[in-house]
Formats: sequence, structure tokens, C-alpha cells
Amino acid sequence: MGIIRAKEVGYSYKRLNDQGEVESVRQALNNITLDVAAGDFIAILGHNGSGKSTLAKHFNAILAPNEGTLWVDGKDSRQPENVWDIRRTAGMVFQNPDNQIISGVVEEDVGFGPENMGVPTEEIWRRVEESLRAVGMYKFRRHSPNKLSGGQKQRVAIAGVVAMRPKCIVLDEPTAMLDPTGRKEVLKTVGVLNKKEGMTIILITHYMEEVVSADKVFVMDQGEVVMEGTPREIFSQVERLKSYRLDVPQVTLLAYELRKQGIPLPEGVLTNEELVEALCRVRAAGEKQFTENGESV
Amino acid sequence: MIRDITIGQYYPAESVLHRLDPRTKILCTLLYIISLFLFQEWTGYLIATVFLCTAILLSKVPVTFIFRGVKAIMVLLVITVVFNLFLIPGEPVVRIWKLTITDQGIRTAVFTAFRLIYLIFGSSLMTLTTTPNQLTDGLERLLGPLRVFRVPVSELAMMMSIALRFIPILLEETDKIMKAQTARGADFESGNMIKKAKSLVPLLVPLFVSAFRRAADLAMAMEARCYRGGSGRTKMKPLAYGRRDAFAYLITVAYLLLLIGVMRFTK
Ligand SMILES: Nc1ncnc2c1ncn2[C@@H]1O[C@H](COP(=O)(O)OP(=O)(O)O)[C@@H](O)[C@H]1O
Ligand SMILES: [Mg+2]
Repeated sequence: MGIIRAKEVGYSYKRLNDQGEVESVRQALNNITLDVAAGDFIAILGHNGSGKSTLAKHFNAILAPNEGTLWVDGKDSRQPENVWDIRRTAGMVFQNPDNQIISGVVEEDVGFGPENMGVPTEEIWRRVEESLRAVGMYKFRRHSPNKLSGGQKQRVAIAGVVAMRPKCIVLDEPTAMLDPTGRKEVLKTVGVLNKKEGMTIILITHYMEEVVSADKVFVMDQGEVVMEGTPREIFSQVERLKSYRLDVPQVTLLAYELRKQGIPLPEGVLTNEELVEALCRVRAAGEKQFTENGESV
Repeated sequence: MIRDITIGQYYPAESVLHRLDPRTKILCTLLYIISLFLFQEWTGYLIATVFLCTAILLSKVPVTFIFRGVKAIMVLLVITVVFNLFLIPGEPVVRIWKLTITDQGIRTAVFTAFRLIYLIFGSSLMTLTTTPNQLTDGLERLLGPLRVFRVPVSELAMMMSIALRFIPILLEETDKIMKAQTARGADFESGNMIKKAKSLVPLLVPLFVSAFRRAADLAMAMEARCYRGGSGRTKMKPLAYGRRDAFAYLITVAYLLLLIGVMRFTK
């Protein structure tokens, strides 16, 4: 059984009017069933409004399902007594780095979570140092977050979650407001946490390049999980992704277009290196064929 | 101008003042501010200047940072000086049209200006050497007894520390919106008071919208990190008085007594 399990989860936002009556209902999640294995790097893709953030908030018990059930580490998120355990198990990093840093000093912000959990002072300091080192921000511990770059702020936010010693970190479009350098920094940090610390990572994004190294990808559309598989399986279905208004990584697209032109490339090419290798193989095969043909003439 | 407000801006450095307990700094600053209202004489200013300069030197905060705080109250300062200059009765020194400047007026104007500047210097120095969190921790402890009257001290302290953290961010945002609107032809500078006030509306609306969005985001981020009010929390930096705090109290009280003594003596 996985660390996060959802069974037929549905959620709708209700808008109330002044009298407290339901004015309109918006179904944001619909019949979601998924299972995340501990230690995996999971990516969730989907265009704007497909329900990614709503789902992410369920993993952290900020929202509880209207229908179905969601378990985090075996705990039902609808039970109020489980809420705090769940938040400690699955930490959450949000999109806007400014709006999730609470304190005016980096180290104090990282200590905020452990303080809330009632961790003793000595232990807080140990955890703060560890987590700041894990994200490579230790030398900035005395700085004000306002003076850091977007990527650095986001790494501080990640450290703040790591200090709570969660088993799983959910990141809701953590790179959406960053420049390319900041994006790389954050992704590298997340990758290290996954590989070295064995933390389960759930990365929500709409940058396809960030998904390539994931163990498993979920694609969402209109509140439903519509595709599920390894990056290779997902990206080999270019047409289907386009129908969900998603792009594929540029290399994958290039390989796809070349294949359509009749060049025998494998499906679901994910990296530049793969494409180069495949193209070299095609050329070698082509030359061989050419010389064979030449002899016969 | 809007970026010059230093209150809530921490200047990181390793100094004795930085290491003092925030309670010490708050109470000593309070005593210092009270002391500024005790005297009207040059000797008093001399003693206060020595006290203030020593504190600034000890803090290792660049003087430019401390001066920034004064820029923010420049308008207030000018108004105070002008009013004192022209409205205090006494021996006339200069006559301009219907206005007279008196010797007493000059005296009061200068003293009041210095008093204001010293007040800002002192309180800026406190906020520059104390992180917002320490500051609120200090206040939380100092106001702790009010819990008896069901005052939610911890929650108020948390609100304050968040306000302090977001002041610079919101100021920066104001600046950005102002520039964006100016680029599209908005005019914040010219016109009379009413026109100026009206021109602020397109500035305030987006600012409020963004502030509310930030507040909602922040509340969620805090909950996600297990915040549930003041009870059951531990402290990363619990407050503890040390020997240097006793020393600081001693010096401040000595300064106050010296001041009072000198005032008595000169009278
Ligand atoms: N607080 C809210 N109140 C009402 N509707 C909302 C709220 N948040 C999101 N929605 C709606 O729910 C749907 C899913 O939104 P969201 O989960 O934020 O998608 P994503 O993160 O993939 O962009 C959208 O149609 C959005 O309009
Ligand atoms: Mg979203």
C-alpha cells in the first residue's frame, strides 16, 4: 500500500450567497483514484484549471474530499483528528515563494514548522541546520528572505518543510514564478531529496521538461486523472497530450515529427542524448544499406 | 521616499546590541525615549548624544541605515519646526511680513527637531538590531501578564511579526504599481489635495486585492506547516536574560539617573 492513496475522490467548491445558501457549485475533482508508492518521484501534469492545486491541497488535508476517501500514510484525511498527523507526513510547498515565508530571517522561517509541532529547542536547531544544508542554503541562514532570489526563496520554503521531517513533499508549481536558473536550482534540490533522503516527491508542474526524470506521471484534465504511466509511456502519445492542451518536451516533439516523416526513430524519446544516439543509429543503418545497394549495382 | 522607512528592517551583524535580549532592548529604548522628554538644556542633549552614539557604535549598523529612518519623517519634521518657529511667543528676532520668529521659537524648534530625530534614531536602532521575530517574542513576553484578561497575546504577536515581514514587500509592490501606472500616464504628483487623493484610488485598489490574496495564501501556508495558534508551540530562540542584559539595564538606568541629576543641578 502506498503512502498516498485516493479512492474515487471527488471535490466541489461551493459558493455561498449572503444568506448562506449554495449559489453555485464547481466540481473541481471527479472520481480520482491513485496510489503513490513511498520513495517515488511523481509528477502531475495538467493545464490551468484542471484541478491540480485542488488535488495537492487534499494530500495535505487542507481540503477533505466530498466524495470518496483519501489516505495519507494510512490515515483517512476526513477524520479531524488525523489532520495534523497528515500535515506532518506530507509537507507542502506553494507556488509563490513570498507568500509562504513567514519570518523575516531564513533560519527562523525554517524553524516555524518544528515550533508549531512542539519540537524541543535543541532539536529545532539541529533540524534547521540539517534542512538548510540539504537545500544548500546554510550560508544564508541569517539573511532576510526579501533579499534572496526566487529560486533561493523557494529552496528556503523547501527547507521549512524538510525540517518537519515529512515522508512526502508536495510541490504545487514551485517553479512557475522563477527564471530558468531558479527552476534548475529548485529541481536539483528536489531531485537530491528524493535520491539521497528517499523522500516521496509529488511535483505539480506544467513545464514538461521537469517531468522527464519522474518515476511516474499523472495527467489531469477537467478534474480527472486521464493518463498515468512512466514519462516514456506518457510522452509517446503526443496527439493525446495535445488534446489535453499539453505540450511535450521539444526533443520528444522533434523525434515525433521526424517519425511522422518516415525516419525510423523509437517512440517517446525524452532527452537530447537519446535523440542523438537514435539518429546516429539511423544514419549508420542508412550507410550500411547504401553500400549494400551500391555493391549490387 | 516610500522605500526609506526603516522600521521593521533588520540589519544582520554580529554585535553586542544584536545579542541583547529583545526585552532588554525594548525596555531600554522605552527608557531612552522617556529620557528625551526630561530635559530642555544643552547639557541634557550632550548626555543623550553620548548615550546614543555609543549605542550606534556598538551596534555596527552603518550610520546611513539609521539616517534612512529620518528621511521618512522629513515632512513631519519640517511641519514641527515651522510651527514652533513662528508660533512660540517670546523676544522677536526676525520679522518677515506678519510673521515673527522669536528666540524662544528658535530654541524650541531646534530642540523639538532634535528630540524627534533622536527618537527615530533610537527606535530604528532597536528594530535594526532585532529581528522582527525577536521583537515580537520580546513583546509577547512583556505583555504576557495580559493573558489573565483574556488578551490573545501570542496571536497578536504573530500578527505583528507577519505585518512586519510584509511591510517591505507591500511597499515594493506599491512602488511597482505606481511605476506601472505612471508609465500609462497616471499622475501622482501634481494637483491639489483632492486630486492627489483621487489619484491614489487606482493605486490602492490593486494593492488591497494583492494584500488579501497574500493573506489568504499565507494563512494556508501556515496551516500547512501545522500552525494552530499559540498554545503548544515551542520556541526556536527562547528568551533568556544573560549577564550582558543586566549590564545594559544598568547602563541605561545610570544614564537616566545622570540625566535627572544634571537637570536638578543646573536648575
Ligand atoms: N477557492 C476556489 N473557489 C471556487 N472555485 C475554485 C477555487 N479554487 C479553484 N477553483 C476552481 O476549481 C478548478 C480547479 O482549480 P485548480 O485546482 O486551482 O486548478 P490548477 O491548479 O490545475 O490550475 C478551476 O476550475 C477553478 O476555477
Ligand atoms: Mg494551481
